[in-house]
Amino acid sequence: MEKLRYERPLIKRLDGNMPNKFGMRSDYTPKTHIEGVAVKDLIKQYGSPLFVISERQIRDNIRKARKAFETRYPRVQFAWSYKTNYLDAVCRTFHQEGSWAEVVSGFEYDKALHNGVEGSKIIFNGPDKSSADLEKAINNNSLIHIDHLDELYKIQELSKKQNKTARVAIRVNMDTGIYPMWDRFGFNYENGQAWTAINKIMQSETLELVGLHTHIGTFMLSPNAYATAAYKLAELARNIRLKYNHEINYIDMGGGFASHNTLKGAYLPGTDISPSINEFAEAITTALINSDFPQNKLPLLILETGRALIDDTAFLLGSVITNKRLSDGRRSTILDIGVNILFTSFWYDHKITPAQPFTQYTEDTVLYGPLCMNIDVVRENINLPLLNNGEHLVVHNVGAYNMTQWMQFITLRPRVVMIDTNHQEHVIRDNETLKSLLDLEHVPDHLTKFDL
Amino acid sequence: MKINKHIAVSDSGFVFNPVTGESFTANPMGIEIIEMLKKDQTVEEIHAAVLDKYHTDNTTVEKDVAEFFELLKNFSLIDRHETTEN
Amino acid sequence: MKRPKIRIGVTGLNAIDNPGPGVPVIRGLLEAKSFDAHIIGLAYESLEPGIYMHDLVNKTYQIPYPSAGADQLIDRLEYIQEKEHLDVIIPNFDAELYSFIKLSPRLKKMGIHTFLPTMEQFDERLKVNLPEFGEKYGIHVPKSEVIYQVNDHKKHMEKLGWPVVVKGKYYDAGIAYNADQLAGYFNKISAKWGLPIILQEFAHGTEYNVTGLGDGHGNTISAVPMRKQYITDKGKAWGGIAITDEKLLNLTRKFIKETKWRGAFELELMKNKKGQFYLLEINPRIPAWVYLAVGVGQNIPEAYVNLAMGKEVEAFETFESGKMFVRYSWDMIVNLSDFEKISTLGEL
Repeated sequence: MEKLRYERPLIKRLDGNMPNKFGMRSDYTPKTHIEGVAVKDLIKQYGSPLFVISERQIRDNIRKARKAFETRYPRVQFAWSYKTNYLDAVCRTFHQEGSWAEVVSGFEYDKALHNGVEGSKIIFNGPDKSSADLEKAINNNSLIHIDHLDELYKIQELSKKQNKTARVAIRVNMDTGIYPMWDRFGFNYENGQAWTAINKIMQSETLELVGLHTHIGTFMLSPNAYATAAYKLAELARNIRLKYNHEINYIDMGGGFASHNTLKGAYLPGTDISPSINEFAEAITTALINSDFPQNKLPLLILETGRALIDDTAFLLGSVITNKRLSDGRRSTILDIGVNILFTSFWYDHKITPAQPFTQYTEDTVLYGPLCMNIDVVRENINLPLLNNGEHLVVHNVGAYNMTQWMQFITLRPRVVMIDTNHQEHVIRDNETLKSLLDLEHVPDHLTKFDL
Repeated sequence: MKINKHIAVSDSGFVFNPVTGESFTANPMGIEIIEMLKKDQTVEEIHAAVLDKYHTDNTTVEKDVAEFFELLKNFSLIDRHETTEN
Repeated sequence: MKRPKIRIGVTGLNAIDNPGPGVPVIRGLLEAKSFDAHIIGLAYESLEPGIYMHDLVNKTYQIPYPSAGADQLIDRLEYIQEKEHLDVIIPNFDAELYSFIKLSPRLKKMGIHTFLPTMEQFDERLKVNLPEFGEKYGIHVPKSEVIYQVNDHKKHMEKLGWPVVVKGKYYDAGIAYNADQLAGYFNKISAKWGLPIILQEFAHGTEYNVTGLGDGHGNTISAVPMRKQYITDKGKAWGGIAITDEKLLNLTRKFIKETKWRGAFELELMKNKKGQFYLLEINPRIPAWVYLAVGVGQNIPEAYVNLAMGKEVEAFETFESGKMFVRYSWDMIVNLSDFEKISTLGEL
């Protein structure tokens, strides 16, 4: 006779004030397959933990986003935010879908060139651009978004030296009624810094002001804040038109759209409160169309959306190492997924589902990672079905920032697999090995030998 | 291992201790084990029964059943003084 | 004429010392003259007293907390709808309104009618937006400021003055007489309900409440003002008297007309020594003391259901003055098997 699925015995005290989910239809459905490939098979073949990215979902997301903006506004350009996820396979998927590259360091700039993006389609943001970086960017006709005055002077100097016009924009920070206000990047709108910087650029012979850029914050839940930002940039553009009779080519609204993740401490889940891409598109495009731009001279609208396009395309697969009861009676489960690879667990309550069928019985559980470090808590409290050792689970919405902010700490980083639109798997980043790390290290001669 | 015989267990998984007035819910595996305890089955018999019926291994069952007994003890469903029997 | 049978789901069965409105709403529905109500309780916790009031509630189902998300709620409601064929749901908790407003088109497709404020109305009356709300509609509101860090209060104290009311985004409030107390409330409330925290000018005076119903086109269907006579340590009315203050009624009618309020509401107001009313808060739902309105001749739950069902509803023009409510608690004897059923099956 076929044996039944084992579930550990469980008994819970019924407290009057405690909601209990026994008997209720299950809150979860197991995530057994990703793009038609069994989680079990993926782990068997590529190991656990494992990042899995859906190429189809990336393409769906960017197409949906483009449609949202292009149906509302005549000239739209997306630029892939490298820092959100700069695995080449991911970047190139976006480039195939028509996205330019948006980079914030010399390293990312070189990565974009390496991916075959034309220099003139690379947007160079961020406060740290070295002289070498800038020279390269000027030479390649890249769009340089100036962050501070020192950088402005440096670009002016370099462009003169190279005898080449630099295509520049300024990053503008402003009060859009949201908190916190990101005033550390770029030039402030309200106190006139931005206007001062614009005047300096307009008076320079080797700088061409091609655009205006802003990036109002991260994980924004208010489309209205973008409308405010768009109005303010349009106002600057109008002042430029009046004073210099100069039309800028583009308005870059940056990124920051929220994904469907749930921020820690939020009462309602992200799936309920995060605005759709259509709502952001409506707010931004309406503001631009209603502004003072002449109808035949609407600027190109650039979007650097990262998180909202990539978060839900990736899953992190892992396994249960053990179950333990803590001294205060709470259940804890140790996973092979830790904060070293799931950096975003510091600020999200990720959706986590078992990868195999389970019963409706659940228990409040602390989820720990495998690191021998007290900070390695994936979740302080989650109501999960009863998982046995070795069983698998799937963390959802991990596409943004995890594969760039992950740490090589205590253990090695795992593989990343992309499943293509024909359900074929491709390893797009190998797991680290001892060798890949030792290759970077050098031991001075006098430290090579020891006796113990 | 003696379970308090007054404890009422229903099919729905509801466990009531009329002596303390506390109520609990248990999953089917929990109920099965409590029923076995009520029939005075030994720990070894319980292990064997679980292994026979379910897809699992000895280590897991031993560990989980021991932990379950700890919970029963904490909830005063097993008499603490008799746990050294068997 | 035979009254039509209407099947109504009601939440907020927690008739405890800080009561939810569910039970008084049900009493109003059962006294309705225009229909015969069949009540299905929707409960979050297994000890909500309404679950066990079998003379009021035909059957109760547990539903997932709003924090579990709208998808889980709709799953559960689909299951309930298969069995119960609800015509109307009346959500009575602040925390669940967002989900129900969002889900109302999907509920409609399932055959379930609601009569809720629009998302714009819901957002506009949020505590953080109250100053703009007051300005937009010409209604006096106390001065208030939103802060994200404790120390930010310093910028505003000259304007607000001590004591100051420290309020959470959704719930909870405390009166702080100094910076230490303010910090205490800030930390306690923000830990539970998140940021921002609202600092509101402390309004001295007598507290008044109005409950009412707007038809969504600016017409007042019902409005009953009440003065609290006894307030519990939780700040809830334990006794209150229906009053006929024209100023209050006019203010309420103005509120409904200007906002085109759709659905039920409760206004919390303060009358200062000069006799001016200040609007402290707008609750976008039926209050727990609604049975007073039923008792003086304005059956708000009944009118609510008729509006939800798309019927023409005549406005209540008058109500009996000189009536009051006195709340009391009542110990029911409940079979443990009932508790077992709701606890293990999620249905009773």
